[in-house]
Amino acid sequence: MNAQIDTRVAAAWRALAAVEDPEIPALSIVDLGLVRSVGIEADGALHVHLSPTYTGCPATDVIRRTVEQTLNDIDPGRCVVTPVLAPPWTSDWITAAGRDKLAAYGIVPPPYAVSSASQLLHDERPRACPRCASVETACVSQFGSTPCKALHRCSACLEPFEVFKCI
Amino acid sequence: MSAAPAPPGEPALLRYLLRLGDSSLVLGQRLGEWVGHAPAVEEDLGLANIALDKIGQARLLLAYAGEVEGRGRGEDEIAFLREHGEYLNPVLVEQPNGDFGQTIVRQVLIDAYQLELYERLASSTDARLAAIAAKTVKETRYHLRYSGGWLVRLGDGTAESHARVQDALERLWPYTVELFAEDEVDRAMTDGGIAPPLAAIQAAWSVRIDGILDEATLVRPRDRPYAWFGKRGEHSEHLGYLLAEMQYLQRTYPGARW
Repeated sequence: MNAQIDTRVAAAWRALAAVEDPEIPALSIVDLGLVRSVGIEADGALHVHLSPTYTGCPATDVIRRTVEQTLNDIDPGRCVVTPVLAPPWTSDWITAAGRDKLAAYGIVPPPYAVSSASQLLHDERPRACPRCASVETACVSQFGSTPCKALHRCSACLEPFEVFKCI
Repeated sequence: MSAAPAPPGEPALLRYLLRLGDSSLVLGQRLGEWVGHAPAVEEDLGLANIALDKIGQARLLLAYAGEVEGRGRGEDEIAFLREHGEYLNPVLVEQPNGDFGQTIVRQVLIDAYQLELYERLASSTDARLAAIAAKTVKETRYHLRYSGGWLVRLGDGTAESHARVQDALERLWPYTVELFAEDEVDRAMTDGGIAPPLAAIQAAWSVRIDGILDEATLVRPRDRPYAWFGKRGEHSEHLGYLLAEMQYLQRTYPGARW
């Protein structure tokens, strides 16, 4: 019985690790730390808890539907996906592998752990350019093409680049 | 003929949630009007992103309001199918965008208010509201960083930009009085430990606003008596036009989905 449960849970994690974030397809939802828990509950169903990133992120509904579909493919009719708000998702939950994938994709990963209020409001350190590594860069806009990214520009190679925001 | 008494605290909680949810909804709708019209593409994105966060917050709050109400109404029905007087947002958030400076002034006044409010609501005795607040406050910090940064640049910018934002500040300031005008709903929330006392928010808001205005070389207007009470459903004429546009699709094609 326990072995069966372990197999179902492990299969679910494997499937979830293949679900891409629709906005940043280089990362899976597991890399982003959006999967809060996977388990079999008393009703025998597979329960997955998901964190939304930003309250206004249009990807949230897409992710939830994709997860439901993915789990239903491997465990038909026995899956429940529940969004959880508390504790709120933080960029600190992006895994080490996820940070490497972000960097390889050309997006500067959130640069430090712990998103405290003082860091959010006062941290103005320049981010190193992902192309030429220069630190002669400036933030052009705190809001980029998605809610989770800010737009920066490198003064050395003159290319724009995105930075995953610390939240 | 008297109706069964409502469970203690429930009507006040419902009204309180509608005040919070409607504030975010109406402000999100206003900010969305900038899409395609902002002075630069970065500001178009910035304002649209903030609008999305506001609408996301409104969804969480109005969905909760629907559950507390217990009449089976979901977030969309509450957002799109109520009448003018049933919206309980303060009148400040429904004020027209004006120029970019006026939008920024309105945003600073509200961001600073919501930041102080949601920081405290994160420790509400209402667990659901506390969870929404803890999520919201992190986004609101970014919003104030954006709006506050722009107000400093405009206020401490050219003579023209300074004059425009000072004028917008004079125009919008009277509406801030309502944010701190306590009534029986606020008192019920405070008594239940659900929401912080408005006086505490006002003091912290005032310090924060003074700091930004000082850096922006702007002069804080004097408080004046105030006659509007959006949070009791008494709105300015501007809300009707906003709702007409926002509700058009759901009223014309009831239940439309895509």
